Amino acid sequence: MRGVRRSFGATKALRGVELSVAPGEVMALVGENGAGKSTLMKILSGAIPPDEGKMLLDGADYVPGNPLHARKSGVAMIYQELALAPHLSVMENILLGIEPSRGPLMNWPEMKGRAAAALAEVGLADIAPETQVRRLAIAQQQLVEIARAVALDCRVLVLDEPTSSLTAKDIEKLFALIRRLKAKNISIVYISHFLEEVRAVCDRFTVLRDGETVGSGVTSETPNERIIALMVGRNVDELYPRSARIPGEVILEVKDLSGITKPRTASLQLRRGEVLGISGLVGAGRTELMRAIFGLNRVKNGEIRIGDIAGNASPAKRWSQRVGLVSEDRKTEGLALGLSIADNMTLSRLDGLGPLGLVMPSRQRVACRPWIEKIPIKCQGPEQRISGLSGGNQQKVAIARLLHADVDVLLLDEPTRGIDVGSKAQIYQLIDELAARGKAVLMISSYIPELLGTCDRIAVMSRGKLGEARERVKWDERQLLAAAIGQDEN
Amino acid sequence: MSAKIEAGAKAPLLNPKWANLLGRFLALIIVFAFFALLVDGGKFYTLRNLENILRQSCVYATAGLGMTMVIIGAGIDLSAGSLIALSVVVVATVLNLNITGADGQPHPFTELYPALAPVVAVLAGTCAATLAGLCNGLMIVGLRLMPFIVTLGTMGMIRGLAKGIGHERDIYPPNETWINAIMDPTLSRLVRPWWILPIGVWILIGGVIVAAFLLRYTRLGRHIFAVGSNEETARLCGVSVGRTKLFIYTASGFFCGIAGLMQFSYIGGIGQPTTGVMYELFVIAAVIIGGASFTGGEGSILGTIIGALTITILYTGGQQMGWPKWVQEMVIGGIIIAAVAIDRWRHRKVV
Repeated sequence: MRGVRRSFGATKALRGVELSVAPGEVMALVGENGAGKSTLMKILSGAIPPDEGKMLLDGADYVPGNPLHARKSGVAMIYQELALAPHLSVMENILLGIEPSRGPLMNWPEMKGRAAAALAEVGLADIAPETQVRRLAIAQQQLVEIARAVALDCRVLVLDEPTSSLTAKDIEKLFALIRRLKAKNISIVYISHFLEEVRAVCDRFTVLRDGETVGSGVTSETPNERIIALMVGRNVDELYPRSARIPGEVILEVKDLSGITKPRTASLQLRRGEVLGISGLVGAGRTELMRAIFGLNRVKNGEIRIGDIAGNASPAKRWSQRVGLVSEDRKTEGLALGLSIADNMTLSRLDGLGPLGLVMPSRQRVACRPWIEKIPIKCQGPEQRISGLSGGNQQKVAIARLLHADVDVLLLDEPTRGIDVGSKAQIYQLIDELAARGKAVLMISSYIPELLGTCDRIAVMSRGKLGEARERVKWDERQLLAAAIGQDEN
Repeated sequence: MSAKIEAGAKAPLLNPKWANLLGRFLALIIVFAFFALLVDGGKFYTLRNLENILRQSCVYATAGLGMTMVIIGAGIDLSAGSLIALSVVVVATVLNLNITGADGQPHPFTELYPALAPVVAVLAGTCAATLAGLCNGLMIVGLRLMPFIVTLGTMGMIRGLAKGIGHERDIYPPNETWINAIMDPTLSRLVRPWWILPIGVWILIGGVIVAAFLLRYTRLGRHIFAVGSNEETARLCGVSVGRTKLFIYTASGFFCGIAGLMQFSYIGGIGQPTTGVMYELFVIAAVIIGGASFTGGEGSILGTIIGALTITILYTGGQQMGWPKWVQEMVIGGIIIAAVAIDRWRHRKVV
């Protein structure tokens, strides 16, 4: 018997985690950001020791002193951010730290042979071991990381959000690989936000919340709603609240808009008190449409009308017309990570924060407080730097900026990308409240259940063309997908 | 879930920003104490020497005001030293003008209009440097070039212009005016004038107040921080990124112009086109020692002042210890690296 079992009882971030994986089993580890997944990873990898509790590997005590020790014991980690040396070759990366050598000299032939074997195992046989890693696509780089684990004869493989930067096709390849590894009796811990993935590839699941194991079970026997309820600690029908929304006058109108390359053509009408969703594949031109409306991208043809005002305008003008945008990329575009919450939240509207058009830091802080409490944003206070917040709370600050600017039209580009379920729930509730108060929301999302849950109408963008917006009840998941890939039957 | 704001409950004793400044100030005191103890006979802390340090740091600090804004905005201005020289030469040229008087004979400008001439000189010197700074900004914004490249180029161009105006010679204006006296010592004189500190120091204090106020309490100031911290975010938030950048380089030109007036007085009222070589490096060092970050979004005016004083103390201290010039240069270089390294290390501990 090679039963693998670990249990922890660490304090602080982890308050008692039970997790066990059998050989040849894929175990999903799900939970919000901040639930303790990364701390657990660190303990597993030997980066930090547990305060209490113990881990068993093959029935024997497993006490990794450092990451190298963990690797040599057969526990390998694939982190969300790739940990490869981009300038080195594939084979050097695969055998980093355990290079075969003859005395002080590298044994290149053996290195190449072992690397090639590992590459073949992960389905990268067509890549020469001498290739520089930075010349590979992201998906291939990830496979190289897995090859690194395979080359070490790992027995436990931990994958942290492995699909976050992969396309649908690459995800399929990854799943096939996971199944192959499983067949070789390797235990796999699969960490993910996405229940669809968990369902596709995992045998059992364990849910972490606030550093504790709150449930586990067999994936095929448990409905999604149950898992989400465990993650969030509340029921799923409460996830997408829907107050009475009364559509008012048209506040944003786009007619035959085309940009330099994308979108090719787009028309839409957005009313007050309405949430309009834009579905579609990544790269279909959804973001470009939103940026064109907001004046960040050039408009080639077509008309944009905000209320009574027609014409293109700079972002500064759009803000003064009470239109605000939340970027899909909060780290490089959406927020100034080095500045405080107060600075970020008030940046778009600095007037009214002091006499004579001056900006008083104390007033900035006061202006932020209500939003921090209302949304709410978990932080030490308005002075805290953005970089110290979790992704979900960062995103809430980015949205609160529009609230502070008191805009009428909210352009939200992937407002819940990469954030924890709890923050998502708060953002859905906020969107609902805003719509009920007569604000207009235009929202891009690649996550279809979220669009169906929050929007009143949904339009699909495919290859730069925006389709007609329909009532959400007239769509289902399959139709939205079909429309996204340009196969709309009805 | 409820928001966790412990207002005041666990507030640190001191605002971290002030704690940071205090740390730099302590470092300054330590450097000062080091030389005060080691330089023979307490010569280092005589009133005369203290005033000298103050006068000498004035030029760096004043130019540092603009440089602080530039660096907070994630830019760099390598032309600072040349801008100072341009201002010096323009001031001297105006004071050296001859104009035809009522008798048809050429007379020195300063003799015909003794009240007007220095005012014109000051305006011309400051404007010349400000305009040159504006040109830096226009090229950086208009041509979308890296600030490093543009100001590296204009460092040479502006220096060349200064030499051209001075015909590659020092200009000796015929008459002394009040401009010559702005950096004159006051504290160590037998009879102290009522203004107590040298005029230049007062100008610097005024500049500090204006610059610090601008950075902290105006929209423009907050925009400078935002552009430096994340340009894309700033653009998305409706900040006019181009105008903000134009402003910071123009401001750098302006403060270098003012620093040029001080330099003119400090070197004895001579229009020397080769003055202020390498000053940009001292000014940048002062800003960095003062806590600014090259990646933008961070920095403070008071920090820059402390940085300028630290550099000047190291410089004069080294001289008075009788260190050879090469030792002085190596020590100052080492201090800059150490200051930044300590900063990094502290940031890592905090975050």
